[in-house]
Amino acid sequence: MKLSQQEVEHIASLARLKLSQEEKEKYGEQLSAILDYMEKLQEVATDNIEPTSQVTGLANIMREDEIKESGIAAGLLGCSPENDSEMIKIPKIFTDK
Amino acid sequence: MGLNELTLLEAFRGLREKEFSSQELTADCLKRIKETNGKLNSFITISEEEAMAKAKEVDKKISQNEELSPLAGIPVSIKDLLCTQGIKTTAASKILENYVPPFDATVVERLKANEAVIVGKTNLDEFAMGSSTENSAFGTTKNPWDVSRVPGGTSGGSTASIAADQSIYSIGTDTGGSIRQPASFCGVTGLKVTYGRVSRYGVVADASSLDTIGPIGKNVADIAVVLQYIAGRDDKDSTTPEVAVEDYSEEIAKEIKGLKIGLPKEYFVEGIDQDTREVILKAVKKFEELGAEIIDISLPLTDPALAAYYIIQPAEVSSNLARYDGIRYGFSKRADSDLLNVYLNSRSQGFGPEAKRRIMIGSYVLSAGYYDAYYKKAMKVRTLVKNDFDKALEKVDIILTPVAPTPAFKIGENIDNPLQMYLADVFTVPASLAGICGLSVPAGFAAGLPVGVQLLGGRFAEKIILRAGHQYQLATDWHKQKPKI
Repeated sequence: MKLSQQEVEHIASLARLKLSQEEKEKYGEQLSAILDYMEKLQEVATDNIEPTSQVTGLANIMREDEIKESGIAAGLLGCSPENDSEMIKIPKIFTDK
Repeated sequence: MGLNELTLLEAFRGLREKEFSSQELTADCLKRIKETNGKLNSFITISEEEAMAKAKEVDKKISQNEELSPLAGIPVSIKDLLCTQGIKTTAASKILENYVPPFDATVVERLKANEAVIVGKTNLDEFAMGSSTENSAFGTTKNPWDVSRVPGGTSGGSTASIAADQSIYSIGTDTGGSIRQPASFCGVTGLKVTYGRVSRYGVVADASSLDTIGPIGKNVADIAVVLQYIAGRDDKDSTTPEVAVEDYSEEIAKEIKGLKIGLPKEYFVEGIDQDTREVILKAVKKFEELGAEIIDISLPLTDPALAAYYIIQPAEVSSNLARYDGIRYGFSKRADSDLLNVYLNSRSQGFGPEAKRRIMIGSYVLSAGYYDAYYKKAMKVRTLVKNDFDKALEKVDIILTPVAPTPAFKIGENIDNPLQMYLADVFTVPASLAGICGLSVPAGFAAGLPVGVQLLGGRFAEKIILRAGHQYQLATDWHKQKPKI
């Protein structure tokens, strides 16, 4: 199966990646080859088989929803590219209209 | 001989008997790092000041005869995927190039509580995706046995640092073989723990249902000690069950007479390097001499397991790496941009080629119309892979296989062919899907390059594979061979 340029662009937009023309061609080919390899799976009979998403055997682990002081709030905030003392700054998302 | 060449247990005894100080031991490791890092590029960050300060502190405690952990005062290197408070943690990605976490990963916290001396952060494939350490944004790590070859990946910086005696032991991570395969390529010992045995808290997420954190060392006895201190339940990681941490150092001393070792025929097929196969078969003989019973078994899902892994892993990656959007941390490309363009530009310029590839594969297999055919199908195959192992491990105590089909390949050999690179993981990913534990132990050489044997055990059966590995190392000296650098 060969992914079309449109399909590659669609995948990139889902992944929030902007690709150059060169990247689109390269990834188009590489992803096609990888997805072809995945066809192997279709040969495995999986009727009535439950999917496995994790292997611990654990069910939901609950705890009280208590407020605890992390002590690192300022540090975490400080990791963001643009911030002031209490907030992370992001570009404007509303227009004036 | 430099003190950096000691094993953990040797260093421990030397410190206690006051033959040398932690400062001398640490200084020897740092000297070795400085002498060889230009050649090997195994470290991204060297934390000399912090290490020497810690060593001094431990020396004081030793001189006052304080009771201390065996890890106290001993230099450790840590894969740059584990958060270290105040020390840059990059995941080998440009997008986290300047990230300095304000907190420690649980494993790091536990090492610090045991007074370990952290000498630096080791190189890896970006976000722990790859099989060669070539995907690092900070340059490829070289294999100490042959610098024209890869050290394996993704914990290639850690395994190279042990092979080159730059640190006494190291902490790596293994999602689909990232401890076992580079341990094999570099001729060191590495343990992939059972999923959930060691807390993932504070470890930059790769694929959350597969990620494990484990020790890399010069021998099994050292690894058994380290595991003792990093394993166990953590309230900050709900996937760590309440399973008792055993006394691994005591367990490994037991002989292996009567232990049942299974050889799965699917791991000895054509395509595996001839010399590698011979090394593995010799190891089998050695285990037989030690009293183990060798049994032929079959793991029929071995081949489709790789395809299932390379759907599930990228799917989880595409979700985990969505957080790198130029808003909360890391690289951000903002000039004259609206929000969507901040995302697009930050991610496109911040991620390397393999990260982009996996994010796209993941986005595709999770997208409307393809979810059932790819992702759901892969999760069903995962169930069958898991059943395969569970069934086999009812009959045998350990499954013995090669770690990889070949020894270390040349730098650049697979870099333009991602599918070829993925095939390097064919013998390690099935166990990852099943969540069982696995040990890579040096077992010989193929054309002058180290080859490891993989010992797989059931969930939380670390003590059995460590025991077999240790007994094997008592009877062989492959793990004592050192590269000339």
